[in-house]
Amino acid sequence: MKILVCISNVPDTTTKITFTNDNTEFNQAGVQFVLNPYDEIALSRAIELTENGNGTVTVINVGEVATEPTIRKALAIGATDAVRINAVARDAYFVAYQIAAFAKDKGFDMILTGRESIDYNGAKVAAMLGELLDIPSVSIIKKLDVDGSTAIVEREIEGGKEVLSIPFPFVAGTAEGVAEWKIPNMRGIMSARTKPLIVVEPVEVKKLSEIVKFETPAPRGTVKLVDAADPEKLIDLLHSEAKVI
Amino acid sequence: MSVLVYVENAEGKFKKSIFEAISYAKAIANQLNTNLVAISIGNVATADLENLGKYGAAKVLTINNDQLKSFVNQAYASIIAEAAKKENANVVVLSNSFSGKGLAPRIGVKLEAAVADGAIELPQTDGGKFIVKKTAFSNKAFAMVEMQSENKVISLTPNSYKVVEDGAAATVENFSFEAKASDFRTMIKEIVRATDKISLPDAELVVSAGRGLKGPENWGMIEELADLLGAATACSKPVSDADWRPHSEHVGQTGIAISPNLYIAIGISGAIQHLAGVSSSKVIVVINKDPEAPFFKVADYGIVGDAFEIVPKMIEAVKSLKANA
Ligand SMILES: Cc1cc2nc3c(=O)[nH]c(=O)nc-3n(C[C@H](O)[C@H](O)[C@H](O)COP(=O)(O)OP(=O)(O)OC[C@H]3O[C@@H](n4cnc5c(N)ncnc54)[C@H](O)[C@@H]3O)c2cc1C
Ligand SMILES: Nc1ncnc2c1ncn2[C@@H]1O[C@H](COP(=O)(O)O)[C@@H](O)[C@H]1O
Repeated sequence: MKILVCISNVPDTTTKITFTNDNTEFNQAGVQFVLNPYDEIALSRAIELTENGNGTVTVINVGEVATEPTIRKALAIGATDAVRINAVARDAYFVAYQIAAFAKDKGFDMILTGRESIDYNGAKVAAMLGELLDIPSVSIIKKLDVDGSTAIVEREIEGGKEVLSIPFPFVAGTAEGVAEWKIPNMRGIMSARTKPLIVVEPVEVKKLSEIVKFETPAPRGTVKLVDAADPEKLIDLLHSEAKVI
Repeated sequence: MSVLVYVENAEGKFKKSIFEAISYAKAIANQLNTNLVAISIGNVATADLENLGKYGAAKVLTINNDQLKSFVNQAYASIIAEAAKKENANVVVLSNSFSGKGLAPRIGVKLEAAVADGAIELPQTDGGKFIVKKTAFSNKAFAMVEMQSENKVISLTPNSYKVVEDGAAATVENFSFEAKASDFRTMIKEIVRATDKISLPDAELVVSAGRGLKGPENWGMIEELADLLGAATACSKPVSDADWRPHSEHVGQTGIAISPNLYIAIGISGAIQHLAGVSSSKVIVVINKDPEAPFFKVADYGIVGDAFEIVPKMIEAVKSLKANA
């Protein structure tokens, strides 16, 4: 089995988000970047599926050289090799286009992404890749098993779930439930330094959209505290003041 | 030119989020001085299709056959893109549902369109520009996305736009299109729906609990409160990790993001990763025994105290509120 896992480099989940340059740019100062948690789940599952010499896992990232520590982390967790497309990840379309251009003639059986990147939260790359490669895609899966050259996946739907069978090749965005997060061990960390990481130059992509400004949410007013002895008061406030119940 | 809205059905019925999407799409059509067309795929009663006119879709296209009875991502995307071409629609609107998330990017690629996922407001269209506001950085910020391509695909976050009812019955037309065989490679083996429960992404009211509840055996009061309010239940990540509750209830940065009118957080500390999924709720209520719990900083109402004493009293209060209503 040949698996490609798309990985993105995102601000750590505890990051306080601020902007510079008249709120047009994300302020990276002091921000620690990590492997997107959902991509880590995808990677963990890919490694499980290819255990015991049952295939290879290539990780791919669209990013500048600064993302290499994150790529090395993926190699430490257990990816076989890595590809970096040397460009700023402008938006989901740009990223999907680059990955599709790389993957189209490489014969991957499945391409995994995270359900979304926790920075721009587009949840778009998986389905865009599917469309660009003209293969099936499922955007959010909570379970992934393989039976020969078909995958059985579980997709979340409003108020339930749907079980699908998808023939290879396909793209899927993984969410929690697909695998447990793997922690790299010492041997992994050592071998990651020597695993192959190739750098590929980007192809031209049409620009469709641009983020022109960021806003931060208006701060909420201070909390109105109700005495613990009087929860009836709270229900009353929700009914007559907030008018939500 | 026109605006096209995809009206997703769940087992033949439309949900409120679809009426929101139609109302939103109608407002965009008005902004652009053009008309709105809806497309429905699958088996829906004609009366329900006609009823969509009420929300602003004067014309509804419908297509159904055996293969299209249930959702097939690729085929549905092909049909919607085709309908957009036939109707000369530059703007395609969907609801940002689980299926919508799989469709919008595909339609975007087909139409070489910019895709704004999870829009929360009407676009700004002054000066010939088209700028859509969406959440970013897991609800910690908003991004204003300028859609520069001629075609545009927008998916609307549920619960962020009000349903407007002022139209008359729609005219319903059959739409015909043969999606290619390779669009049907995936097969649905099973659909499991807990029909008696309100689905979390659609819920207007949510009652959520965390590790403060000590164990799964204590969720009875959470479910009772939720049932009384007509709310969905949710939980923090450690709670679903410990299998106290199903993963589908896990909200936050690595769970689902919701924006209900009311979010009641019981025994949840309010870690930044949890807040990422719930901070765009309109009203937040926090019940926590620790006055220093970070959740109080983003709450509108709160009670400092023991959930095991407070929640039963809240249940009684809701009961008497309902009895007096
Ligand atoms: C990469 C990453 C992603 C994450 N993603 C998520 C996510 O998506 N969603 C999420 O929820 N978390 C997420 N987390 C975990 C998050 O950091 C917190 O650990 C988690 O939210 C804490 O859950 P909790 O509030 O239920 O438990 P705790 O932090 O243990 O808080 C329990 C709270 O209950 C209160 N309490 C205890 N007893 C009572 C009582 N009798 N009555 C009233 N109050 C009581 C306590 O005062 C405390 O505030 C993530 C973490 C990481 C590192
Ligand atoms: N710059 C990138 N390089 C490689 N993969 C990416 C990149 N950005 C996003 N992805 C992948 O696409 C998924 C969804 O991202 P998004 O559509 O931006 O929410 C992520 O979880 C990654 O798997």
